Amino acid sequence: MTDSARSHPASTTPPRSATEHAPVAVPKPRRGRNKLRDLELVLVLVACAINAAAILLVQLGAGAALGGMQLVLGLVLAALMVGVHITLRFVAPGADPFMLPVTALLGGLGIAQIYRIDLAVGLTGWDSTANRQMTWTGISLAACILVLVFLRNHRVLFRYTYLAGAGAVVLLLLPLVPGLGKAENGAQVWIGLGPLSFQPGELAKILLAVFFAGYLVRNRDSLATVGRSFLGLRFPRLRALGPILVFWLLAMGVLVFQRDLGTSLLYFALFLVMIYLATGRPGWVFIGLALFVAGALLAGRFLPYVQARFDNWLNAFSDSAYNATGGSYQLVQGIFGLANGGLIGTGWGQGYPDVTPLSQSDYIVASLGEELGLAGLFVIFGLYLVLVARGLRVGFAGQDDFGALLAGGLSFALALQVFIVVGGIMRIIPLTGLTAPFLAAGGSSLLSNWLIVALLLRLSDSIRNRPRLVIES
Amino acid sequence: MIRPFRRVTLVVFGMFVALMVASTLIQGVFADELRQDPRNVRTTLQGYDVRRGSILVAGEPIAESVPSGDMYQYKRVYPQGPLYSSVTGYFTLNAGRTGIESAMNDELSGTSGSQFFDTLNRIITGQSPQGDSVQLTIDPKVQQAAWDALGDYRGAIVAIEPSTGRVLAMVSKPTFDPNSLTGTDGSAVDAAYQALVDDPGKPLDNRAIAGDEYHPGSTFKVVMSASALSTGSYTTESAFPNPASLQLPQSSAVITNASGTQCGPGDQVSLLNALVLSCNIPFAELGMSLGRQQIGTTAQAFGFNKDLSIPLKVTPSIWPTLQSDAQTALASFGQEDVRATPLQIAMVSAAVANHGVLMKPQLVDSVIAPDLSVRSGFSAEQWATPVSPQVADTVRDMMVQVVSRPDGTSHLAAIPGVDVAGKTGTAENGPGDPYTLWFTGFAPANDPQVAVAVVVEDGGSGTSYDLTAPMGKQVIEAVLNR
Repeated sequence: MTDSARSHPASTTPPRSATEHAPVAVPKPRRGRNKLRDLELVLVLVACAINAAAILLVQLGAGAALGGMQLVLGLVLAALMVGVHITLRFVAPGADPFMLPVTALLGGLGIAQIYRIDLAVGLTGWDSTANRQMTWTGISLAACILVLVFLRNHRVLFRYTYLAGAGAVVLLLLPLVPGLGKAENGAQVWIGLGPLSFQPGELAKILLAVFFAGYLVRNRDSLATVGRSFLGLRFPRLRALGPILVFWLLAMGVLVFQRDLGTSLLYFALFLVMIYLATGRPGWVFIGLALFVAGALLAGRFLPYVQARFDNWLNAFSDSAYNATGGSYQLVQGIFGLANGGLIGTGWGQGYPDVTPLSQSDYIVASLGEELGLAGLFVIFGLYLVLVARGLRVGFAGQDDFGALLAGGLSFALALQVFIVVGGIMRIIPLTGLTAPFLAAGGSSLLSNWLIVALLLRLSDSIRNRPRLVIES
Repeated sequence: MIRPFRRVTLVVFGMFVALMVASTLIQGVFADELRQDPRNVRTTLQGYDVRRGSILVAGEPIAESVPSGDMYQYKRVYPQGPLYSSVTGYFTLNAGRTGIESAMNDELSGTSGSQFFDTLNRIITGQSPQGDSVQLTIDPKVQQAAWDALGDYRGAIVAIEPSTGRVLAMVSKPTFDPNSLTGTDGSAVDAAYQALVDDPGKPLDNRAIAGDEYHPGSTFKVVMSASALSTGSYTTESAFPNPASLQLPQSSAVITNASGTQCGPGDQVSLLNALVLSCNIPFAELGMSLGRQQIGTTAQAFGFNKDLSIPLKVTPSIWPTLQSDAQTALASFGQEDVRATPLQIAMVSAAVANHGVLMKPQLVDSVIAPDLSVRSGFSAEQWATPVSPQVADTVRDMMVQVVSRPDGTSHLAAIPGVDVAGKTGTAENGPGDPYTLWFTGFAPANDPQVAVAVVVEDGGSGTSYDLTAPMGKQVIEAVLNR
């Protein structure tokens, strides 16, 4: 398929016929065996077995007795996991068979590591982060099933492009509402509802991707029109710069008002990548990057917290940064932890991941790297890569531009999040407050990333089913 | 849309490759270095959880891990306490670690690269981890002699074997008892540590290799003699004008000999007599005609301005950048900004003793695995060749006369029946400050067993002549009598 084959006039309708908007008749389960789903079932069971073994290893390593709570929660999770699989058999039989097991495995490794640190610091019952994480995983799986059941055709989302955009902005603003917002670790990104706290920005990520995809599919022709060329690059026309400036301002707003460098970077890069995917014009990326770097440099000059982040990054090992309040202590201890793990890791229960602050959430990757070593980290990177590659594959093979763009954006968002988190821990880039998808302790992040997987599953199903539907209709 | 997707896919792969490279650097390439960082509390915690290897001297542990009977599995004890603290350093829960405990930490804790397969084996078989033991080159008799010789003075003594570079003794005083820092009661350890940090005597400094460093004073004249003879233009009989005082060029400074008079009788004084009587003026004249370039070359060949780890990090001794002849003149008898560690001065003697070949000083004899097999043994390493054998032997003969002649400044270091080579030094530190007193030397001159350097910071009314030279003699005797 080429670009021209899928080009279409700028309009408010997605490609292909508008009649397909309404939930289309569910393709009946194929007769005979569905090999994709059989493969998925085997892989899901393998993932559950590995996860159970991981918990067991933690038990052995830390020398603690398995509580009844973990056993019940673990069984419920395994059941829910199989539940998602069964749901897929009925409502998305053509969905990618690797996404669910890979995600399940990542989540399980995260829970095992969180549980191990719980044991080290002596948290049990509902105080135990692992138990809460397992509960959140259950909620996320249920949400995943609901999305798959009720969203039968992803192109319904196209209709709600602007609603999604407005929703994202509202979610982003919520933490700034007095009385509702809560500041944690310096960032104003939480809302508190009684004892619960939630990070609405995590959900905003998905809504933004939906909005970008819809908006870009509608307007990409005007955005792709070439303006003047400079330094061998063809830049877009000036008047088409409006939207990019708006999102630059949005990203800078997040940076200034919510003091959240990572999220700001994530949103803006997501926008840039999606505009590039839609228009094929690298000029946009260069303009965008220049704007962001300029903004970040200005912020580094005038916002003390951004400046501190840069100092901690560049001079992490200097005594002054190390001993400063809000200095590089966490970064350096995380690196010491990784070094302590070495090539094969200390083994679960044998390292000291709890020395590093936030070892269960922001620093879960350092904790895993310490106890599972370089070998374990490479496995985790590999799992992420499989997930992201399967998501991008939807973009390569996608039937409609909206779906392709959405899949590309969501997959890239996952990959970028991993890069920002792990790159921060490993001193490739300044440390930010993002969390590693599926691994880190935290309900909002877990829920939103599982929703991304639900959407990717739905999108991947459309690749296989679309032609058959056309033939059937 | 396919092409942009391809490129974005490439970017995603690029990001993951970056992560893999970074993690490989941290967990593979630089892992050992990061583990050694004293701020790395994990390494320390591990030392309390695994059976850390012992530090041995002649087969006897001077640091060992014993079951602690509390929340930690093991605690570190130092059976001889302060005697070896300059070598072992300390190993604390919260205040880092120093000395061999830090430099050989990977081996002691069982995490070094050479123990990789052992680690793997332990993970599979479920054995509890155990570190290697480190056998030192220190000779307990020499260490004890050095400790006794220094008495309650503030200073340091280093003894090395010239032909191999083995460090036989290393003492720095005042010092501390490492046992006071190894308890598992955090607040008690913190208090003890803070008291040591606040102590004006700086007991945590290892003056032998890494203190504030000292003006080498007249001991530097050995380097000067070697430098002059190396040019080929000087012999031991080369004569220098012999005034009672010397006005330095383009300067108001006037220098005198330590005696305040001429350097022996006559208008001229030979290089040999200048060294034996330790006169400043002839060496200042020699320095100005040799030039700062030539002296610097020799000093650096002896190890000044060079990094060295034995494997404790040795602070490089300093041969400064000199601006004028006046400064060169002062530097020529070890004043101005010339600075040296006692180990450096011992190395100068050792190189002269070893016919001009400077062996790398080393503290570690061997690393011994828990099953008592030797993982790595001692191998002597040639570090530099500062002077030719002829020059070295000539300087040696000059240094022997410094001790053997009754008017020699070091004659109190003489041992009956043995040719001892030596040189004292008395360095000025500024108005009102006590002199730094030195002795360096080696023996027997024809078959050197030991080269020694002694420094005393607070000699009071003592001089290098009657205080440090006898100290050096005691250490040399300990080696010759063993």
